[in-house]
Amino acid sequence: MQVTARRRGPAARISAVFHQHPWSKLTLLLLPGLLWLGVIYLGSLVSMLVYGFWSLEEFTGLIARDFTLGTYGKLLEPAHRDIIIRTFVMAAAVSAACAVLAFPLAYYMARYATSRMKTVLYLVVIMPLWSSYLVRALAWRQILTNEGIMNWGLERLGLEGVVRAILQTPIIGGPSVIQSYLALFIAFVYLWLPFMILPVEAALERVPRSYLEASSDLGARPWLTFRRIVLPLAKPGLIAGSIFTFSLTLGDFILPSIFGQSQLFLGQEVFLQVGVIGNTPLAAAFTFVAMIIMVGYLLVSRRTGAFETL
Amino acid sequence: MARRTGDRAGVGLRLAAFGVVAFLYVPLAIIILYAFNTQSALFTFPPPGLTTRWFEVALSDRTLWAALRLSVTVAAIATLIALVIGSLLAAAVYRTRFFGREAISFLVLLPIALPGIVTGIALRSSFAIAGVPFSTWTLAVAHATFCIVIVYNNVVARFRRMSPNLTEASADLGATGWQTFRHVVLPNLATALLAGGILAFALSFDEIVVTTFTAGNQRTLPIWIFERLFRPRQRPVTNVAAILVIVMTFVPVLIAQLLTREERQAGP
Repeated sequence: MQVTARRRGPAARISAVFHQHPWSKLTLLLLPGLLWLGVIYLGSLVSMLVYGFWSLEEFTGLIARDFTLGTYGKLLEPAHRDIIIRTFVMAAAVSAACAVLAFPLAYYMARYATSRMKTVLYLVVIMPLWSSYLVRALAWRQILTNEGIMNWGLERLGLEGVVRAILQTPIIGGPSVIQSYLALFIAFVYLWLPFMILPVEAALERVPRSYLEASSDLGARPWLTFRRIVLPLAKPGLIAGSIFTFSLTLGDFILPSIFGQSQLFLGQEVFLQVGVIGNTPLAAAFTFVAMIIMVGYLLVSRRTGAFETL
Repeated sequence: MARRTGDRAGVGLRLAAFGVVAFLYVPLAIIILYAFNTQSALFTFPPPGLTTRWFEVALSDRTLWAALRLSVTVAAIATLIALVIGSLLAAAVYRTRFFGREAISFLVLLPIALPGIVTGIALRSSFAIAGVPFSTWTLAVAHATFCIVIVYNNVVARFRRMSPNLTEASADLGATGWQTFRHVVLPNLATALLAGGILAFALSFDEIVVTTFTAGNQRTLPIWIFERLFRPRQRPVTNVAAILVIVMTFVPVLIAQLLTREERQAGP
């Protein structure tokens, strides 16, 4: 045992202990992360749940720390229910639009781009993600404002009438472009699009070329090949991307506020309850709904193998 | 789906693909353009005139510098915490098969997979229950929580690419665990840690949703920008701050992406 004789420092003794008891090492590696995520983070999620069982005393404006189901019950009031539905529909619409827009670029990257071009396009897609969210949100307000570039362009093309018609359309319209749901929708799609392109591209990358050739050799038209071969194989990527597009839309209060949206979205309501009204229990109850929707979605999508393309 | 020579995309597909690229970048150009706008309250297109005076106004604004300082401090602390916790977890998950491995990957992902308001309100609730007053530290704790996954993913990817023979060879040659770590593992992980750190920093620097709920009355740079949006005067100053954010994050993030290029290409 000459080797052990040479190792006598404290570091050597520690590494000997680790070697003899692999579990001790694993525990040490895991401990900080488990404490942080398991205690601080999961603990916080539990305190949020608890907060929802408390309530705001109307007269004193203080939070009564007594158990009640009343705060969660308030979510069923029509105005509150509408906020939840409105936000859910927006998140679903944004995710669907992102999927449609992501596909051509992802497909081009996976199938046709040279490896140098692929690297360039990858950077082109990922850079907006890391350049300020707020900056990109702000850009749309400046584009869509009445005297902004969009109306300028439409006037040159003689299409002002189209905008007026859209604004008068129920649901998607509004008093001005900025305040319409359509504007909010476009800006959301813009903000989250890269989150969809990347996983879809990763999924398409794994489609064996021979499948496409076999399909076409067997006489399938391109559209049939797309629908029966490409789309099913891209599904894990689409689901992975939609986790982000959906979750980010559900939890956003910045964009609707920037656009002066008066029909509230879930995040705005939470912001209002916490910041202005001081009703943290109701805010917690609203947030809990967003969490339940996402946890459900995550658990379902985990079964489809979507996590491997994240 | 590897490319083969003579295989070219149709015109429609190419137009659609590059249309999406244009869609991603035109708005950024608009932000830069309006930072030079002579108007102080409107965003008329085309701008009636161009000026650099908003840069002077912005740079002499003390609240902007204070916000920048807070953002950098919070991002630095959060990045350090994320580097330590993220790489330890990555090492644990990579090296040993144990019960609950999957659960850990899920737990790490949760803070960014759940909507920002969930993480924000949850942490705010527990700070309130525990009686912790808002400070730089509450922000750093909140930011570290969602930054861990960035470091974790980068380090796990690097571990996967690293040959296990390396550490075995090192041990066979008589190195202690610490020596192996110091001279074999760490040099291999270095660029992954650097890239993870840069990206974690950028994520924290830019975050606003969780920040709003854990800041109290402190102002990070994104909150500073957000508050200014509702003031009708000197609007281009916001765009100048926006350019500051773009400049501060663009080059480091580009470097981080280039450092981890091989992991992506090694993918299946």
